[in-house]
Amino acid sequence: MIELNVNGRPQAVDADPATPLLYVLRDHLALNGAKFGCGLGQCGACTVMIDGKAAFSCVTPISALPGRKITTVEGLGTADNPGPLQQAFIDEQAAQCGYCIAGMIMRAQALLEANPSPTDDDIRRHMMPNLCRCGTHMRIVRAVQRAARTMKNVKNGAGVNVTTK
Amino acid sequence: MNSTPSPGLLLSRREFLTTAGALVVGFSLGAVSDLFAQRPQEGAKLPGSLASTPMLDAWIRIGADGTITVCTGKGELGQGIKTALIQIASEELGVQPAAIKPVTADTRTTPDEGYTAGSNSMKDSGTAIQNAAAQVREILIGRAADKLTVSADKLVARDGFVVTDDGRRAAFGELVGDNLTHVRAQPQSKLKDPRTYALVGKPLARVDIPAKVSGGAAYVQDLRLPGMLHARVIRPPSYGARLRDVKVADAETLPGVIKIVRDGNFLAVVAEHEFQAVVAMRALATNASWEMRNRLPDPSDIYGTLRRLPADAIVDLDLNGQAAAPARRLEASYRRPYQMHGAIGPACAIALMKDGTLTVWTHSQGVYPLRKSIAELLHLPEDRIQCVHAEGAGCYGHNGADDAAADAALIARALPDRPVRVQWMREQEHAWEPYGPAMIADVKAALDADGNVVEWTYDVWSNAHSTRPGGAGNLLPAWHLETPFTQPVPKPIPLPEGGGDRNAIPLYKFPNARVVHHFIPSMPVRVSALRALGAYANIFAIESFIDELAAAASVDPVEFRLRHLDDPRARDVIVMAASRFGWANYPAGKGRGRGFAFARYKNLGAYLALAVDIEIDRESGRVKVLRAVAAVDSGQPVNPDGIRNQIEGGIVQSASWTLYEAVSFDTNAITSTDWGSYPIARFADVPGNVDVHVIERPGAPFLGTGEAAQGPTAAALANAIANATGARLRELPLSRTRVKATIGV
Repeated sequence: MIELNVNGRPQAVDADPATPLLYVLRDHLALNGAKFGCGLGQCGACTVMIDGKAAFSCVTPISALPGRKITTVEGLGTADNPGPLQQAFIDEQAAQCGYCIAGMIMRAQALLEANPSPTDDDIRRHMMPNLCRCGTHMRIVRAVQRAARTMKNVKNGAGVNVTTK
Repeated sequence: MNSTPSPGLLLSRREFLTTAGALVVGFSLGAVSDLFAQRPQEGAKLPGSLASTPMLDAWIRIGADGTITVCTGKGELGQGIKTALIQIASEELGVQPAAIKPVTADTRTTPDEGYTAGSNSMKDSGTAIQNAAAQVREILIGRAADKLTVSADKLVARDGFVVTDDGRRAAFGELVGDNLTHVRAQPQSKLKDPRTYALVGKPLARVDIPAKVSGGAAYVQDLRLPGMLHARVIRPPSYGARLRDVKVADAETLPGVIKIVRDGNFLAVVAEHEFQAVVAMRALATNASWEMRNRLPDPSDIYGTLRRLPADAIVDLDLNGQAAAPARRLEASYRRPYQMHGAIGPACAIALMKDGTLTVWTHSQGVYPLRKSIAELLHLPEDRIQCVHAEGAGCYGHNGADDAAADAALIARALPDRPVRVQWMREQEHAWEPYGPAMIADVKAALDADGNVVEWTYDVWSNAHSTRPGGAGNLLPAWHLETPFTQPVPKPIPLPEGGGDRNAIPLYKFPNARVVHHFIPSMPVRVSALRALGAYANIFAIESFIDELAAAASVDPVEFRLRHLDDPRARDVIVMAASRFGWANYPAGKGRGRGFAFARYKNLGAYLALAVDIEIDRESGRVKVLRAVAAVDSGQPVNPDGIRNQIEGGIVQSASWTLYEAVSFDTNAITSTDWGSYPIARFADVPGNVDVHVIERPGAPFLGTGEAAQGPTAAALANAIANATGARLRELPLSRTRVKATIGV
């Protein structure tokens, strides 16, 4: 058994330690957010956050993860109660097929936690590892900017910590 | 860990059963006869897909509890069709969008609308649902008129009730109780006046997006059925390779392995957990020995190979008119390589064989044709098979979806009573999907002394643009069985839709024009339908050559197009795109270029014109798209933001095809096997800005949108490069290397 911390909850997983995190999230923990895209760390569909940094879950074995905080898109909110980035993607209608979007949101979340006021160029540079085949890129950039504004407003206004880490 | 099946994806069948319970048999015309007193005209065609599925309750089902189910034979591919169809139905029924439960392509519950393809869903299904909803509304109003003893013209449908102006009302559910809507559609409907639309033509948030941003069960990949197993297929190393021998002992003893399935050259492994299946797949691949056969053509001479293959010449157009004498002749030849769909999520399917009945959950574009094909593959009657559409990653045409469904069906047959989920690996998706065919277009034209085109000759060489399964022979795993199915000789898709000749006939008025489609049946590389089919290469060629002619005539390219066009809607998109772009005031600069292009998709769908602004880095040859401005006329827009999203995406995707993409292969095998060996646009490569202007045509027929941008984008980029460098590139992709070679740095 390997102990993982996923979205703030401890999870004991019975899987080979060499198993990439992606398969454990999807197959053992029934979390849909991270997607299989390439298994090679080339497309970012599987992106999650590990200790606040964006990571390819498809090439990260679970043996490397005990004691580290794993966050998936499920950890940011729900369809009924979406987090700021999720809401921004809805508001900008920043999805076509949407298969890449959970990974995009997780990579963007890592950016906004490190840099709350990114420029469009910052966002494009940071999002380079993630592929979108539908061509939703410009909407994604807009959604990240919108979320950055929301997060700042909430922070300045009510003093609420909008990150869910 | 077991988990429950996704309610969202499985609900549709149960819903149908309960809903249908209220509507199964018999109907009385009752008040209906008043509404449709006039006999249907003899032979009058029903609108959209009502022509093939005429019963109203095949489309709109109202339960005794008032639930409204709208069925479509089309699938959600990420194009937003589900939301647009909800808008149409709720508009005509006078209900809120949230009141509609959509059910998409399912061979047990929805109409057979063939494939979700060709930008036809709005025209086919949108039109059917619009008319069916309007007719259901009028039937309900007619019944309410009887019940409330009020004249029908004093009644309106609102929020699930038929209401009088003095406050009385009757619920849809109580009105429909006696199977009132189980009737044939009429050719004419009392459609709402577009001026009164509350929903159609207004942006509506897509119903599928909240689940997609929050890890909901949104895709076939997310379905988890009780007792589900995971499978992987071990593909041959190249087309036609034969499995000489495989040692299964190593794989068989790996943890979680349940079964190894072998049938001829078809080899698969099933395991308890997904990664266990991946590990076992690798073990089997290591222990398999293959005999290589069927060499691929020399990639450096692929266009020569295509020209030498036998071809059927189909004359698409032969126009001989009066014209001024030719003063100048031009000719050019354009090329497009094999290009890939490149779904971000590889193909996936789940199949369950239980009590002699097979259920397949699939992201196929055509559940009915797939059912027919799997029936042939497994020698099962079609009525023992149900194919249910569940979303996959965007497909952009015929990719591995159907093949994965066939994989799952073959494996599930060997493991009855357990649902089997198959997902392709990235290298399998890249190497085995059917690509968009390589094409060659030769164009010749003559200008008169005033710079008008007086002669036009166009010859296009292409493989088939559809090898979709209409039978087992087009399913990849069927070729690998001990008793294989062979791929049937493909047939060209006839005009007006066209395949290799889609959009080969220019919309411009040329007095003399000849268009010939050289259809090449033999396919050295596996090919099929890629978004826009031949229109991508044909529009690239035609719209590039139009610019070459405009330059020869010393006429502005936008002006040159307008001179040769009568169609006012074509002229409108061109004028709008040019003016919103600021074509006339374009600030020319070093390394900068502007390019323009126009087409009406299939010459019968959406009109689209766009202008692009690019910058070329002389050192690297890199083309940076600074901005693109498009104008589109899709007829009556339903969800304008959906149209913009599709066109923005189409421009970005086509720019990626056009600037970067070509499938690579050697004489043994496909060598584009991942995103490193088949690079596509990333965030740094996409345009700085894309503006899409939607021209509204209230009440006009739906024209579809999904593929309209693909061809014009390619030509606009080629024209912009020519504008920036003075050199014309005629072979796709317009890569850095080619750009650099033309500017001679």
